[in-house]
Amino acid sequence: MFRKITISAVSALVLASGAAFGEGAQTYVHDIDFAHEGVFGKFDKNQLQRGLQVYTEVCSACHGMQFVPIRTLADDGGPQLPEDQVRAYAKQFTVVDAETGEDREGLPTDHFPHSGMETAPDLSLMAKARAAYHGPYGTGISQLFNGIGGSEYLASILIGYEEAPACAPEDVSGYYNTAFPNGGVPEACKDEHGVSTVPGSWIAMPSPLSEGLVEYADGHEASVENMAEDVASFLTWAAEPKLVARKQNGFTAVFLLALLASLLYVTNKRIWAGVKGKKKTS
Amino acid sequence: MAGIPHDHYEPQSKGAKWLHSRLPIVGLLYDTLMIPTPKNLNWMWIWGIVLTFCLAMQIITGVVLAMHYTPHVDMAFASVEHIMRDVNGGYMLRYLHANGASLFFMAVYLHIFRSLYYGSYKAPREVTWIIGMLIYLAMMATGFLGYVLPWGQMSFWGATVITGLFGAIPGVGETLQTFLLGGPAPDNATLNRFFSLHYLLPFVIAGLVAVHIWAFHTTGNNNPTGVEVRRGSKAESEKDTVPFWPYFVIKDLFALVVILAVFFAVVGFMPNYLGHPDNYIMANPLSTPAHIVPEWYFLPFYAILRAFTADVWIVQLVQFLSAGIIDAKFFGVLAMFGAIAVMALVPWLDTSSVRSGRYRPMFKMWFALLCVDFVVLTWVGAMPTTGIYPYISLIAAAYWFAYFLVILPLLGVFETPTEQPATIEEDFNNHNATSAE
Repeated sequence: MFRKITISAVSALVLASGAAFGEGAQTYVHDIDFAHEGVFGKFDKNQLQRGLQVYTEVCSACHGMQFVPIRTLADDGGPQLPEDQVRAYAKQFTVVDAETGEDREGLPTDHFPHSGMETAPDLSLMAKARAAYHGPYGTGISQLFNGIGGSEYLASILIGYEEAPACAPEDVSGYYNTAFPNGGVPEACKDEHGVSTVPGSWIAMPSPLSEGLVEYADGHEASVENMAEDVASFLTWAAEPKLVARKQNGFTAVFLLALLASLLYVTNKRIWAGVKGKKKTS
Repeated sequence: MAGIPHDHYEPQSKGAKWLHSRLPIVGLLYDTLMIPTPKNLNWMWIWGIVLTFCLAMQIITGVVLAMHYTPHVDMAFASVEHIMRDVNGGYMLRYLHANGASLFFMAVYLHIFRSLYYGSYKAPREVTWIIGMLIYLAMMATGFLGYVLPWGQMSFWGATVITGLFGAIPGVGETLQTFLLGGPAPDNATLNRFFSLHYLLPFVIAGLVAVHIWAFHTTGNNNPTGVEVRRGSKAESEKDTVPFWPYFVIKDLFALVVILAVFFAVVGFMPNYLGHPDNYIMANPLSTPAHIVPEWYFLPFYAILRAFTADVWIVQLVQFLSAGIIDAKFFGVLAMFGAIAVMALVPWLDTSSVRSGRYRPMFKMWFALLCVDFVVLTWVGAMPTTGIYPYISLIAAAYWFAYFLVILPLLGVFETPTEQPATIEEDFNNHNATSAE
C-alpha cells in the first residue's frame, strides 16, 4: 500500500525559487511497494492476473497493446495463465489472417489488438515511457533510491482524479488529475509567472475506475486503489516481460564477476609482490 | 618498440623460424604484449583496457542485434520490441548494447581527463592525442546514429535537432542537412543511411584504435610523474619498467572485472535509468516532446551549444562583425565544435615544460575546476533553457574555453613547478619498499 506521497517536480528549494529554476507544475506521485521492485523482486502472479482482468474489462475498451503477444500470458515470470486459458483468451478477438486475408478467431500467437480509439495511446510500453519523477533537478536520484518509476505513475494517474479546484472555470475541457503533468491548466489557476498553482493538470481520459467495477475471482477487494495497483503491475509486466529473468541474470553476473575480481585481486597482489616488496610504513 | 631497450622475440623451433622469416606476426604480438611499461602507472591507467573491451562488446552485441533489427520507419520500433520479447536473450543483448554506450563514454571521459592531468598529450605524444580525439569524434557520431535506430520519439527529434546543427551553416547548411537526412526531414532514407553508417563506424574506430596503440607504443607510455623512462641501456630501462604481461594485464583485468560488476548491476537492475522514457514512444513527426534531451554523454557539449544565445554580447559582436553571417544559431554550433577543437589543440596550447600535473601547484586548482565545470555542463545540458539555467550554461561554457585558450598558455609562464623525481624508479621506490630482487 501507499508508504508516502511524494511531491514530484517541485522540491522545497524550488518552491522558494520556482520561477528562477523554471520547473514545471507539481504532481502527486504515490510511492507504492510493488512486488517486482528491488534486487530480488518478482511479479506477483495473482496480481498480474487481476491486472489482466482490469485491463480486459476496463482499459481495452479504448486502449490496445499491439506489441504484446497473447501467448506470453503463459510465460514464466508473467501472469502464467494455463495454456487452455490463453487459447480461450485469444479466441475473444477477431483478427485478419495475414495469409488468407480473411477474418478468423484470435490465436495465442497473435498480438493484443491496437487501440480502438485513435486518441487512446497504446499501453504496451506505457510503464517504461513514463518516468514519473526524474528529479531532483533532472538527476534521477529520487528514482534511483525510491524506485519511483512508470508503475507508480500509472497507478497514481488512475487514483489521481479529484474534484476540480475552485480556481478552475466550469467549462474546462478534460478531467482534473493530480498526477498528470502534461495536460492543460486554465489561466485562472496560474500565478503571475504563468506557473500553475494546483498540482497536476487536466487529462482527456475520464476516471476509468470506480469502487467495485470488476469482480475479482479470488475475492480480492475491488477498491479503486487495488485495481489501480493491479493494472499498473500488469502494464509493467507488459512493458518489461523479461524483468524477472533480467534481474536473475544481473545477480548471477555480479556474483560471478565479484568472485573473479577477488581471484584477480589476489593474483595481482602476488605478481607485484616481487616488484614492490613490502609496503613502507611511513 | 618504444625505443626502450628490451628483449625481442627469437623464434626457437624450425616452424617458428619458417613463419618468422615470412611474416613476423608472432614477433609483433610478442613485442606488443611484452612492451616495457613504466612500473609506477596508477589506477587511472586502466581505462584503455576498459575502452578496448567496450569496443569489442559493442561490436559483438551490435552484430547480433543487427540480425534481428529492421531499418524501416514502419518496422524499426516493432523490431526492437521483437528483440526485447521474442529473441533468445534479446533483452540482455539490447540492454548491454545501450548501456554499453554509456560505459564506453564514461571510460573515454575518464581516459581523456587522465591525459589532461598527467600531460599525456605533450611531446612526443601529440599524434596519440590527436588520434584519440578522432576516435572520440567517431564515437560521438556512432552513438548519435545508434540512438536514432530504435525510432522512438527522442530518436526522431534528436535526429531533427542534430542534423539541424548542420543546417545552421550559412549558405550550404540547408543543402547539407537535406543531404545528411536524405530528404527534408528524418524519414526512411535517414533511418537506412544511419543504420549503414552505425554499422560502419565501429570498424573505423577499431582501425583508429590500432593506430592509437601503435603511436603510444612508439613513444612509450606516459606515467604519473611525466618523467621519461631511461633508455641508455637495457639494464637501466629495466629499473623503470616492467613488461606489460603479466604485470599490467592482470592489474587491468582486475580493474575491468570490478567495473563490469557495476555495469552488470546497472544492466540487470536499472537498465533504463540512463535512457529517456520518451524513446519508448514510437516516433511521431506530428508530436514534439516537451524537452528534447540528448543522451547524457552529449550533454556537456550540448550545453555549450545552447549557452550562446542571441542576447549574449559576444554573439551580438560576432554577428555584427560578420555582417550577420554568423548568427546565434551558427555561433552555438561553432562553439560546440570549437569546444572539442580547443581540447584537440591542447598539446600546443599548454606552454609548461613540466608534463605531469602532479608537480604543478597552480595547474592542479584550475584542472580541478575544469573537472567541476565538465560535471556542471553535463547537468545543465539536460535542464530547460529558462530561469537561471542559461546563466549557469554560459559561465560553464566560458570557463571551458578560458581553461584551454587563456589559463593553460599563461600557466606555463607564471607557474613555478615543484621538484620532479629524477627517475621513475625513484618515484616507485618512494611509494613502495625497495625492490625485493
